[in-house]
Amino acid sequence: MAKPKVATTSLAGCFGCHMSILDIDDRILDLVEIIDFDKSPINDIKEFTGECLVGIVEGGCANEENVRVLQDFRKHCKILISLGDCAINGGLPAMRNTIPLKECLDEAYLNGPSVHNSTGKIPNDPEIPLLLDKVYPCHEVVKVDYHLPGCPPSAETIWQALTALLTDKPLELPYELIKYD
Amino acid sequence: MQDTQDLRRVVIEPVTRVEGHGKVTILLDEQNKVKQARLHIVEFRGFERFIQGRPYTEAPVLVQRLCGICPVSHHLAAAKAMDLVVGVDKLTPTAEKMRRLMHYGQMFQSHSLHFFHLASPDLLFGFDADVAIRNVIGVAAKHRDLAVQGVMMRKYGQEIIKATAGKKIHGTGAIPGGINKNLSIEERDSFLKDIDQMTEWSRGALKIAKDYTVENLEAVAPFGSFDSNHLSLIREDGAMDLYHGNLRAIDAQGGKIFDQVDYQNYLDYIAEDVRDWSYMKFPFIKSLGVDDGWYRVGPLARVNACDFIDTPEAEAARKEFMAVTDGKPNNLTMAYHWARMIETLHSIEKIRELLEDPDLQGTDLVVKGDRRPEGVGLIEAPRGTLFHHYRVNENDQVEMANLIVSTTSNNEPMNRAVSKVAMDHISGKAEITEGLLNHIEVAIRAYDPCLSCATHALGKMPLVVRLVDAEGNEVAKKST
Ligand code: SF4
Repeated sequence: MAKPKVATTSLAGCFGCHMSILDIDDRILDLVEIIDFDKSPINDIKEFTGECLVGIVEGGCANEENVRVLQDFRKHCKILISLGDCAINGGLPAMRNTIPLKECLDEAYLNGPSVHNSTGKIPNDPEIPLLLDKVYPCHEVVKVDYHLPGCPPSAETIWQALTALLTDKPLELPYELIKYD
Repeated sequence: MQDTQDLRRVVIEPVTRVEGHGKVTILLDEQNKVKQARLHIVEFRGFERFIQGRPYTEAPVLVQRLCGICPVSHHLAAAKAMDLVVGVDKLTPTAEKMRRLMHYGQMFQSHSLHFFHLASPDLLFGFDADVAIRNVIGVAAKHRDLAVQGVMMRKYGQEIIKATAGKKIHGTGAIPGGINKNLSIEERDSFLKDIDQMTEWSRGALKIAKDYTVENLEAVAPFGSFDSNHLSLIREDGAMDLYHGNLRAIDAQGGKIFDQVDYQNYLDYIAEDVRDWSYMKFPFIKSLGVDDGWYRVGPLARVNACDFIDTPEAEAARKEFMAVTDGKPNNLTMAYHWARMIETLHSIEKIRELLEDPDLQGTDLVVKGDRRPEGVGLIEAPRGTLFHHYRVNENDQVEMANLIVSTTSNNEPMNRAVSKVAMDHISGKAEITEGLLNHIEVAIRAYDPCLSCATHALGKMPLVVRLVDAEGNEVAKKST
């Protein structure tokens, strides 16, 4: 029987949640005995190769590309997990939700003390994707099956959750794994 | 993405085995010769603005959420700036050494992650290797011992971060004026137990990177390479110092552009050009101007710029490295990997030195001073010189934040590397294979860019390669 597939992606996050996945350390070598990684930034698989059992999403939706990737994940993954605070509630990137975007752009490209901007232009190439008005949590865009909170959730939490899912066992997380700073 | 008649478009989507995402466009003329190649950064987060109004004590914890790969660097750069804001010019020995230990732990884990997990598949299997094996799991299948070493080295660095910062990712160890814990004897002993093994593996990784470069020098030398200036922090005696120092910039031949500059005055020396096609700015040395003042940072720049390394094995390795270019700066893009492994060995030598220092068990952790309105904190992050600059008002709120992130300094160099590879490997070719596209990724990957950091990014975008003809029409598209 083919091994179940697991896909991961980073939307508007900092890659810290992916780093926490890698913090399961040598158990990653056990993990690849029982699953295959599909589309993920840690390999070179750039498009889904088929149906996945589990999709893990880091980061919320801040631009149209994030939305497209998230919808694609929903379509290809039987179980979708929001990993970390950014995916669950927007996290740090959502700090811009109360500030007009133009003020953020002006600060970075016009007002900053080291800025040299002879044309006074703010980056606006057609190649640059449309930003959303706000940073949205993933479950406001698609249906999400599980949430693993933390910034990032610890490797142990991720390991327990994944192995419980893959072996169809109930998930029991001890207190140390669900207390947050 | 659909094909439109005779138009072809090349897409690498998303770029993998780097941190964050970008996009490359290549302009071709009628003969399919490359006219222009650009790396666009398509992310924006607005960090400088939304941190305004937050209490300054939050900054060292908040800003590290820019980047989960080198959070410690942002944490410490912000803490160093806030030390000055709280009026502290000198930390207690325990605080300074705990921070150094945290930083060398970070350097060790980040360099190991990049070498073994992200870059080694290209070096071990070739740039054109089957995409199915070109990843760390492919490495594990063919060279299990190497994959295990990479995982365990990264783990060791992460455990050091946890012991010094409280958490492996986004810890809270450094506070304005000091640190919030020391290192217990038990913690120290658990690290000393494995340090010989870590040193041995670091030597092995260094040998792989060195042999790779030397044995393939003919192919490696021109790959994405060009002359450039180099910038780094340097200790007062000219030694490499990854935690603290003054600024030194050298040109491609090793001539000093400036030296021992107090980084509080960085604004007199460095500025950042804004271009409308990238959210990532283009830093340059002011005295040389936008066109000539761009420079490289990171392992290559640091090994080139320092006069010596103050740990014996890394210094011997540096001499070997410099011998390849007769003592002149090494300007080969692919030499980043070799330089990175010299620093990995240096970091583990430093970690040993620190662990053997009883100051780490000291109990004097925080210093107080008179409040100042402003502070600049610099550190040599794994990817290069990192600038944090804050102004704080009398209500303890951050009023201004200016961040020049390591990868931003490498923006122009990465663009040049992309151009060079496109010219040498894609120009004039009718068919663009997946392997050729990976060549572009290999050149970008040498810089170990953290594109997420670099733009203080809001979203993530894939790296896209488009071929555009002289009239601006897309002529090539490829989904890989
Ligand atoms: S939840 Fe925290 S660690 Fe995860 S992506 Fe967001 S900021 Fe990074």
